[in-house]
Amino acid sequence: MTVQNKGEPGSAKPYLQIDRLTKKFGNFVALDSVSLEVYEGEFICFLGPSGCGKTTFLRAIAGLDIQTSGTVMQDGADISALPPAERDFGIVFQSYALFPNLTAERNIAFGLENQKVGKSAIDKRVNELLELVGLPDQGPKYPAQLSGGQQQRIALARALATSPGLLLLDEPLSALDAKVRSHLRHEMKALQRRLGVTTVMVTHDQEEALTMADRIVVMNHGVIEQVGTPTQIYREPDTLFVADFIGAMNQVSGRVNSDDRITIGELSFKSRTHGLASDAPVVAAIRPEDIVPRDPRDESEAENSLEVEIDDMEFLGSFWRVSLKSSALGEASLMADLSINATRTLAAEVGSTIRVALPADRLWVFPPAGSL
Amino acid sequence: MTELADTAPAAPLIKPKTSKDDRIMVGFILVICLYLLITLAFPLYAMLSKSFSTYAFDLTNFEFQVNAGDGWSEPFSAAEQNDKIQKFKPKDLVTSSDGRLATTEFFPDFSFRSPTLYRLRQVRGDTSFLFGTERVDDTEWHEYSSNDFRRIVIRASGDTGLDNFRTYFSTPALFRSIENSLFISFLSTIITVSLAFGFAYALNRSTMRFKGLFKLVAMIPILVPSLLPGIALVYLFGNQGMIKGLLFGESIYGPIGIVIGSVFFTFPHALIIITTALAISDSRLYEAATALRASRWRTFWTVTIPGARYGLISAAFVVFNLVITDFGLPKVIGGQYNMLAVDIYKQVIGQQNFEMGAVVSVVLLIPALLAFGVDRYVQKKQVAQLSARSVPYVPKPHRQFDRICLAYCSLVAVFIVGLIAVCQYAALIKFWPYNLSLSLDNYNFEVMDGGGWDSYTNSIQLGLYTALIGTVVVFVGAYMVEKVNGFFTTRSAFQFLAMMPMAIPGMVLGLAYIFFFNNPDNPLNAIYGTLAIMVICTVTHFYTVSHLTAVTALKQMDREFEAVAASLKQPFQRLFARVTVPVCLPSILDISIYLFVNAMTTVSAVIFLYSPDTTLASVAVLNMDDAGDIAPAAAMGMMIFYTNVGARLIHQFVSRKLVRTTQAWRGG
Amino acid sequence: MLPRFIRKSSLLACTAAVSMLAFGQAAQAVDLTVYTAVEAEDLARYAETFNKDHPDINIKWVRDSTGIVTAKLLAEKNNPQADVVWGLAATSLLLLKSEGMLEPYKPKGVEKLDKKFVDKGAVPTWVGMDAWVASICYNTVEAAKHNLEPPKTWRDLLKPMYKGHLIMPNPNSSGTGFLDVSSWLQMFGKEKGGWEFMDRLHKNIARYTHSGSKPCKLAAAGEIPIGISFAFRGAKSKAKGAPLEIIVPEEGVGWDMEATAIIAGTSKLEAAQTLVDWSITRTANEMYNTGYAVVAMPGVAKPVEHFPPNLLDKMIKNDFEFAANNRKAILAKWLERYDSKSEAK
Repeated sequence: MTVQNKGEPGSAKPYLQIDRLTKKFGNFVALDSVSLEVYEGEFICFLGPSGCGKTTFLRAIAGLDIQTSGTVMQDGADISALPPAERDFGIVFQSYALFPNLTAERNIAFGLENQKVGKSAIDKRVNELLELVGLPDQGPKYPAQLSGGQQQRIALARALATSPGLLLLDEPLSALDAKVRSHLRHEMKALQRRLGVTTVMVTHDQEEALTMADRIVVMNHGVIEQVGTPTQIYREPDTLFVADFIGAMNQVSGRVNSDDRITIGELSFKSRTHGLASDAPVVAAIRPEDIVPRDPRDESEAENSLEVEIDDMEFLGSFWRVSLKSSALGEASLMADLSINATRTLAAEVGSTIRVALPADRLWVFPPAGSL
Repeated sequence: MTELADTAPAAPLIKPKTSKDDRIMVGFILVICLYLLITLAFPLYAMLSKSFSTYAFDLTNFEFQVNAGDGWSEPFSAAEQNDKIQKFKPKDLVTSSDGRLATTEFFPDFSFRSPTLYRLRQVRGDTSFLFGTERVDDTEWHEYSSNDFRRIVIRASGDTGLDNFRTYFSTPALFRSIENSLFISFLSTIITVSLAFGFAYALNRSTMRFKGLFKLVAMIPILVPSLLPGIALVYLFGNQGMIKGLLFGESIYGPIGIVIGSVFFTFPHALIIITTALAISDSRLYEAATALRASRWRTFWTVTIPGARYGLISAAFVVFNLVITDFGLPKVIGGQYNMLAVDIYKQVIGQQNFEMGAVVSVVLLIPALLAFGVDRYVQKKQVAQLSARSVPYVPKPHRQFDRICLAYCSLVAVFIVGLIAVCQYAALIKFWPYNLSLSLDNYNFEVMDGGGWDSYTNSIQLGLYTALIGTVVVFVGAYMVEKVNGFFTTRSAFQFLAMMPMAIPGMVLGLAYIFFFNNPDNPLNAIYGTLAIMVICTVTHFYTVSHLTAVTALKQMDREFEAVAASLKQPFQRLFARVTVPVCLPSILDISIYLFVNAMTTVSAVIFLYSPDTTLASVAVLNMDDAGDIAPAAAMGMMIFYTNVGARLIHQFVSRKLVRTTQAWRGG
Repeated sequence: MLPRFIRKSSLLACTAAVSMLAFGQAAQAVDLTVYTAVEAEDLARYAETFNKDHPDINIKWVRDSTGIVTAKLLAEKNNPQADVVWGLAATSLLLLKSEGMLEPYKPKGVEKLDKKFVDKGAVPTWVGMDAWVASICYNTVEAAKHNLEPPKTWRDLLKPMYKGHLIMPNPNSSGTGFLDVSSWLQMFGKEKGGWEFMDRLHKNIARYTHSGSKPCKLAAAGEIPIGISFAFRGAKSKAKGAPLEIIVPEEGVGWDMEATAIIAGTSKLEAAQTLVDWSITRTANEMYNTGYAVVAMPGVAKPVEHFPPNLLDKMIKNDFEFAANNRKAILAKWLERYDSKSEAK
């Protein structure tokens, strides 16, 4: 199995094809006709708030909770109705589900035994995997004697032991403390890249998704809001939910003015309008780091610029997050991230007035929530 | 998007393919369901139908001819004759299987000296009459002289209906037992729960010494048959009792004896539940109370009692159920005070009236089922309460309070140890109260009723088989029902069946077994009278608690083990053997010792089932006491006690050993 | 096993054991399931004595109190487990007979038995072994403490001084109890007199026991001064050293007999008949005589130690047919009148 495709959509055949998957629990629709294609070697993250259906989605792919309708194709074969044991995947749960009475190496070997593999071959494979997850000496220990991070890696090794075509990770890092978590992120990502195993990970942590995934599937209320690379998801959110859920985002209500302009408060801004009718209510959104401070000495009337008063300032180490108000904008206030340098140049302090620009290509316009 | 979805063909519905594992597991569930149906549901059904099986004299089937010297009259039926003389109302004709009615009753002016001749025949052959003691069930005419005719009684024939219940509720001597049973159960419940609460409170909230010892002592009653305290009470308060003066002339035989004995044998059950309830209470509430300067008394009523209320209610119902269904104790010390469970015995054994025995069983089922239902409801609530994370309470020393607690616990401990010690002393006395020298004569069980030493070895066999087979059946059943996917109906049916035994009194179960298994049409008839039927009965009788223990242990296992094993293409049985069983081993051992101890002490269910080869020690205690051999009964009771203590010690030893080898991982 | 063996370790028994072994190997042994209510301590002796003559028949005892054995037999009516009943109250056997559960059989030598010990049927369905006679167990030590005179008659027991000092078996759970009740009805009047007697007796009774032998054992243990029970039990307790007096009331005493019958439908009819034949032999009667003063074969009985000597004369002419055919009605009436004693207080 050579890895020639590094998760570029559009090239080659998808490894995993999911078509209109619906899962109902009684009257509750946990998954509403979701479709997705995953390419070989890709690292996919299902991201969303709790209850969005991401875990249900993963469990349907694993066959643990088989969907009510819709199909799942893996490597060209229809596995929609197959029980987990007849599918090809390895899985790591949030709890790791390590067998407490077996040592780390016995845990890893669990899937290898009973498979017509010789004992020495098993030992070799176990050592290889221990090496792979960076715990070569921890084999004889019981799970309770290992740290959380170590347990997590043993669980990963166990899932990889049988060389599955698909690796499923159900919030594998969320039980760990922050430091271990960020360390393991990189390690896991590196490992996945090295092995080239197609991976689907469920997480509610956007940072995790942004740093690890080749592509992110943002989910909400049982549907997919957007699928895209981390930068796409971050820079070009398709929906208000995505815009809101990923990163910080200013949101201000306004109205469509004309084809390329919107009105917020008393001000008019150049913006995309996605063909929305004139006078339609919209929510305009812009990330704090995209608000550009203007040099006070530059007197030119630049596009989308306005005068604001600094309402509050919060020092966040490498930058300042400042809260901006303007009577022209009405009640709304804007958050802007200003570099330390910029605040110094602007002599920004609470109460002072500065000019900022909201670049049109950074300004996103969505229909208000609930209007769809 | 929505438009698109509407026009595109609907996604195919998926019918999940069940895995081999699931099919095997469902197979197991069905087998155990079947087991519970056969060992529980069918026998109960047989018993229920027995309670509706009535007997009445079918007067239409008997025809007379009379010849008073002027030739034979036309044949006339007893029914016609009854209409004529207006002798019996329909309710008078209802009787039991052994009902007999003299034919002379139909002839008001009958005289055995008259020369009148009588003829009698049955229209159909499904009834019978007796001439003297000879049974006649043909349809011929039989001719009798009047002197012979007075020796004829007609027998009842079977029917179905509510007549047995009608008879029951119109016989004060019978239905008054309901009142008695309820009264004794209420009273015992109140006393036991109060005492146990005090004991648990002292254990949980004080820093007194000897807590470990008190805990051990409090568990003693579980190790002996419920009738043993009755024997001790006879020695203490009987007419020759050591301290009978304490009763101020009241008789121990009756309500007083039953209540004291009931408190003794139900105490540990209440204590376990209440201790658990107190142990989960949140210390933060106490800190808050202290901060608010609430008095100890106020804290007790506003924090402690409400916190433990579900435990208290649960304990109350368990005790109530134990008392109302207990048979051994009222049998030994109840005197003339009739209780429902003893009534079943009296009806069946004393009067061979199986139908009425079944009726009393049905009556006894009702309070037991009610108590069970309420208990289940309360337990559900308690689980919800438990879900919040709380900080366990750690008592602080308080000299006076600790002293009171110590005194109180010592009193209770003296009561428990005292009764047991009296039994042991009684067992060693040669001939109470006339010859107080010590001897082992009372251990010579061979010359007593009850089956001799064989019954002791039988009991141990029963205990071992019950523990072994019961543990396997219960644990496998619990595993399947916990871990199989889907099959919701089958699983809930199984859950229901598994909970049922707790609500079924032992007497009722035993009687139901006679009706079901001793039916020649039943292919399982062969096990009747063997050790096997008693093993099955005992396993079923104690199924619920074992099942709950197993389920609790299994629930603590990670829910995803099965998913992991499936993803690794490992069959569930491998996971079961390599992980589930080893991890649950402590609970499995607990289940076995529970089954063993109960098999050693149970009387009620097996009293109807033992055969000469399978007499049991616990039944021997009852029978020897019944025959007046009270000292040997005490001796056998103490043998059961020591055996159970031994079994507990072995259990501890084995557990510790196994824990060391299989549970090394727990150390961390 | 050991204590039983030591007790019986006469030379004879040893020889028997040896010969049993020898025969046991030669002949094909038949297992007979025998239901009995004979006292546990006598069973081994019965089997041993029988096996001396018939080593090829192996008796498997099912022993329990009369009520339980009867209940068992009735419960098993459609599928009998027993081959033979040896040593069950005739009253119970009459009950089984009325259910058609007994196999009529005329054992060899039945004519040698006292007529009242044989079923009246053309072919008898049961044959008696020995009589089991009601009497009063009187604890001299306890009676002295309460200044109680020894009663001479049943009617003496009605005296107020005995109030609370009497115990008798409950006829609804004990055959002995029923025997007492039925004898009082026969002696004092079936319609009225008997019941009046019991009404007054009831006032003096401390409590009713479930078992028939218990009142005597309780009297022996001093738990109660006077227990209404049966002579055999009293004699045994007396032999053990209890300060007991066995009183045979002057009006006469009720009795029942232990009897033997074959269960209809047994697959081992031949062996069953052999056992029944043997059960009425002189040897067997002598064997019964060890414990019972009155046995079925006239002239066999020798006085039994501790037994009152006048027992045989005092036995009433018991009407078993009356007892059997009216049992249900009598018990129901008794239940209605007396079985809620504690409530009456």
